[in-house]
Amino acid sequence: MGDTLRIYAKLIAAQGRSQASYRFSFWLDLGSNVIIVGADLLAVLVIFSRVPVLAGFSVTETVLLFGLSLNAFSLADLFVGNIERIRFYVRFGTLDTVLIRPLGVLPQLLALDVGFRRIGRIIYSLAVLTVALVLADIDWTPWRVVLLIATPLFGAMFFCAFFIATSTVAFWWIESGELANALTYGGRDFTSYPITVYGNWFRRIFAFGLGFAFVAYYPGLALLGRADPLGGPMWLGLVSPVVALAAGGVAAAFWRFGVRHYRSTGS
Amino acid sequence: MKIIETEELKKTFTVHIKAGRFRRKRTTVAAVDGVSLSIQRGEMVGYLGPNGAGKSTTLKMLTGVLQPSGGLVSVCGLTPVAQRIKLARRIGVVFGQRSTLWWDLPLRDSFELLRHVYRVPPAEHAARLRTCRDLLDLDSFADTPVRQLSLGQRMRGELTTALLHGPEILFLDEPTIGLDIVSKQAVRGFLAELGERGDTTIVLTTHDLADIERLCRRIIVIDHGRVVHDGSIDALHARYGSRRRVIVDLDAPLETPIDVPGVELESSTGTRLVFAVDGSASVGPLVSQLTASGTLRDLTIAEPEIEDVIARLYQQAAVRSLG
Ligand SMILES: Nc1ncnc2c1ncn2[C@@H]1O[C@H](COP(=O)(O)OP(=O)(O)O)[C@@H](O)[C@H]1O
Ligand SMILES: [Mg+2]
Repeated sequence: MGDTLRIYAKLIAAQGRSQASYRFSFWLDLGSNVIIVGADLLAVLVIFSRVPVLAGFSVTETVLLFGLSLNAFSLADLFVGNIERIRFYVRFGTLDTVLIRPLGVLPQLLALDVGFRRIGRIIYSLAVLTVALVLADIDWTPWRVVLLIATPLFGAMFFCAFFIATSTVAFWWIESGELANALTYGGRDFTSYPITVYGNWFRRIFAFGLGFAFVAYYPGLALLGRADPLGGPMWLGLVSPVVALAAGGVAAAFWRFGVRHYRSTGS
Repeated sequence: MKIIETEELKKTFTVHIKAGRFRRKRTTVAAVDGVSLSIQRGEMVGYLGPNGAGKSTTLKMLTGVLQPSGGLVSVCGLTPVAQRIKLARRIGVVFGQRSTLWWDLPLRDSFELLRHVYRVPPAEHAARLRTCRDLLDLDSFADTPVRQLSLGQRMRGELTTALLHGPEILFLDEPTIGLDIVSKQAVRGFLAELGERGDTTIVLTTHDLADIERLCRRIIVIDHGRVVHDGSIDALHARYGSRRRVIVDLDAPLETPIDVPGVELESSTGTRLVFAVDGSASVGPLVSQLTASGTLRDLTIAEPEIEDVIARLYQQAAVRSLG
């Protein structure tokens, strides 16, 4: 086990060295990533320059939810954000070269594509969350501290699962294009706001059907010690780990099913 | 001892072909259509066939890349897809048309990374690397990023990486495709030496017949996903009645025509005659009649061309599949 981790550490380091060989483009990407992500927060702030309360939530509360969601997403994005590139491996048959190595397919692909260029986003999202925590009026207890640390981690796990599950579409639908990206980024945007802003059926599908309410919204309510305007029970704030684990299980099943459908290309 | 065994191995692909402007029709293509093989430990086998015959697809099923659609397959006593990771430690694979190296890093780094991936003890790794370095002349480019290597240099790197963990079987899919003469010869020479040592079973697909002639005692020819020949090159010649040619230069035209059973005059241009000799016939009587004529200046015997016999084989297979 420890041995296997060492192998992956070597592979990830090699990936880092590869990217570093394009030094200029690396820094350019790192820089532009920091700029790009600023726009989302700006959008939230613009809304609150017009209205004092958004669907029952104040600006500090909303920014806290935004920060939780952003941390979860950035962390997931760093590790599995490139998994949607599986569609190229499938289309060009290059997954062949991964399948001949004595390691798992998914971990190898992840190690081949760690998004070091996205490290800037992690720093940025931590900064946003810190500011939100300072501004929000939280009644700190040991449990809330645990909840604060656990929320981005399980949220990241949920996003990882979602990234992976949607990417497997490429295995049986080669022309799926940007579909996986659209779904995942859509999911991120959904979790950036209180779910009360969304229309009924849309909310039901994304928040409860797909489970996005448990990334930031319910744990956020528990942190703030607020009741759910939608009338949900308090304990919903604590089920994120269960949702994340379930999502992980579904993603793993999708992945195994997908790899079995891999057909390479003529060569 | 059998190391590779397949029975009625099949792979079909579903493909959508255009039918009309918007409609697409589903059809299935049998890329490999019932291949039964048995390869012994230490053998060196050439897997031959025209483009699209199903060579690569067979290799992918043997290496655990593709799940067969039917039939049985066992490699090193394992079931390739189900036991992919176990099998991967015991085989080496080279794809002529696909790189398995770290594109942006020096070749040396790929070697080192694979030592970890395959968990090879450092001393063993170093010993194998030394052998490859000498035989394949790697030192001059081991520090160059792979993306800057020539195809020939890269292929030598690929061969090395496939061998560093001491595989029991080496699978090579068109290892000489696109290489210049010097690199081709380096690769062939290296494989010949590896084959002679006898501890590595080698399965090599190619459509370059020179590879086969140089390297393989046994060839398996497939066409349209089916085995059409499995045996030695000599057996292939015997089966398709390959004929040796005797090329004769004379001082003066012959007065009486040569008449030897099994020998046919193929062409005659002035004082140069070309005879075709059946596989079973001996050239002895022909030579003695020529000597008796007193005008013989020079004589060469040309072995049958493998190209010819393979071409004849494909033709016959095509006729058979039509009939
Ligand atoms: N992934 C694939 N999807 C559809 N058809 C394929 C695929 N891979 C191979 N084929 C078809 O199967 C046949 C055999 O291909 P291949 O094994 O690559 O031939 P070759 O003998 O040239 O290596 C060809 O007709 C090819 O078009
Ligand atoms: Mg091929």
